[in-house]
Amino acid sequence: MNIPTNLKYTKTDEWFDPGTGAMGLSDYAQGQLSDIVFVEIVVAVGETVAPGKAIASVESVKAAAEIYASASGKVVAVNEDLSSNPEILNNDPYDQGWMVKLEGADASGLMDAAAYVKYCEERAH
Amino acid sequence: MTYIPHSPKERDAMLAAIGVKSLEDLFKDIPAKHRFPKLDLPPALTEMEAAAELEELSIGNENVHTDLVSFLGAGAYSHYIPAAVDHILRRGEFYTAYTPYQPEISQGTLQAIFEYQSLICALTGMEVSNASHYDGATAVAEAANMAYAQFRGKRNRVVISPTVHPQYRATMRTYVQGMELAGDDPKADLDAGPEALEGLIDENTALVIVQYPDFFGRVYDFTKLIELAHGKGALVCVTANPTALALFKTPGEMGADIVVGEGQPLGIPLSFGGPYLGFFTTRKQYIHKMAGRLVGETVDNRGQRAFVLTLTAREQHIKRERAISNICSNQGLMALAAAVYLSLLGQTGLRQVAELCYHKAHYAAGKISKVKGYSLCFEAPFFHEFSVCCPKPVAEINEALLEHGFLGGYDLGQDYPLLKDHMLIAVTEMNTKDEIDALVDLLAEVNHD
Repeated sequence: MNIPTNLKYTKTDEWFDPGTGAMGLSDYAQGQLSDIVFVEIVVAVGETVAPGKAIASVESVKAAAEIYASASGKVVAVNEDLSSNPEILNNDPYDQGWMVKLEGADASGLMDAAAYVKYCEERAH
Repeated sequence: MTYIPHSPKERDAMLAAIGVKSLEDLFKDIPAKHRFPKLDLPPALTEMEAAAELEELSIGNENVHTDLVSFLGAGAYSHYIPAAVDHILRRGEFYTAYTPYQPEISQGTLQAIFEYQSLICALTGMEVSNASHYDGATAVAEAANMAYAQFRGKRNRVVISPTVHPQYRATMRTYVQGMELAGDDPKADLDAGPEALEGLIDENTALVIVQYPDFFGRVYDFTKLIELAHGKGALVCVTANPTALALFKTPGEMGADIVVGEGQPLGIPLSFGGPYLGFFTTRKQYIHKMAGRLVGETVDNRGQRAFVLTLTAREQHIKRERAISNICSNQGLMALAAAVYLSLLGQTGLRQVAELCYHKAHYAAGKISKVKGYSLCFEAPFFHEFSVCCPKPVAEINEALLEHGFLGGYDLGQDYPLLKDHMLIAVTEMNTKDEIDALVDLLAEVNHD
């Protein structure tokens, strides 16, 4: 499992990059969902989001999930490549797999990598 | 296998957990005298007696095969159904309500559904078909659901032509409560053509719905309307008669985004209104917003062609309250009937059926329009159904026809106040020239009485 230390994480398995304002789905989550066949980003550039608001809808061969904003702020970019290549989320969830980017994001209350790894391990039992 | 999942011991444990002593305690809020009311039932019959009684009841039915000559359509049509359709349907392998979630034991059913989808796509000129909905009305309403989801609730206006089947419009009104429904006006100018809808389509419109041929049997090319709707960003749904699609330009060719319809004409008996078949097709780009079951072709681990249910994560058993539709159930046997019917007739056979319907209907319309007191209401081209202005109330005419064993046309006045004394007459390949001539004579006679 790949959990980069420069990112922050939510209990619903999203990541947030305080450096770039990007957010997406963790490696743990893509592994649980298995092959992802559909991604729809449900927010547009200019909208404001906050933790708990859905930013994307994801379907895999066996499950469907909503992806929630991991921080609050204004959406400045949306990854348009995901809808035509949903497998990006399986292959590269952190780099190419970013979903939206925020400006002036407030990301308080998120877990660091160590805490998130522990959180994932607890759920494995 | 007995299917009683809970042992007495388990039941006792559950009752103890919720703090009651016995199962009866759960019903104590219902007054005792209402718990087991005495049912006023006749004494039990033997099988032989029951069969005799049912036989006697069924003699009271009149059907379009042996008792009546039918010129009634209005959404359900009497067509010839080859005997093989019923024989294939009754095979034990198909005769199950079981959903084929396990491809390893369901290849036959899955392949049949896949072929149904392929045939419906070919007929409508569309890219993907689900399998299927309950009936045409449900399929039309599901199109509105899909369009609403496609725009993620940001467009909440649906424009529907008043020439869409009145019962489909009634179903639509139930589905779109809380949304704006425009065009649903039975007092509108029914001679206006598709252009009449153009002014109703705005930037808030999610879906425009038209019928092809329309409820009065008329055939219009919707290409221009669809272009205009697309210019406003809206989707367009065409609800089509599948028999007509064998003869005319497909809604797919016109640019429609969703093509749905009542599949009953494809090998399904009239059966007093059901079970029927709602077919539903769309473009690939909208596949994830489409409700219903979907079968795909793939290869198994030995490289052999195989069929599986695909993209199921969009359905409600996985997506729950976030699913686009909560009707993902269907009447699968009716979809199979359509697939068998279409493959037995083939492209040429279905076209022949459509041509017979077309020519017989035009022969009938020509004759009826020459009968004193009767005239055709509309000038637009039509398929196998046409509206006739009558010299007397339709109910009165139909009563006279019924005395001669003829089931007359649909009384349009009940849905369209401006079409009082107007009858919608359907003619299919089942109607012989003699029957049509006899209808014409009877109509003349009714006017003289």
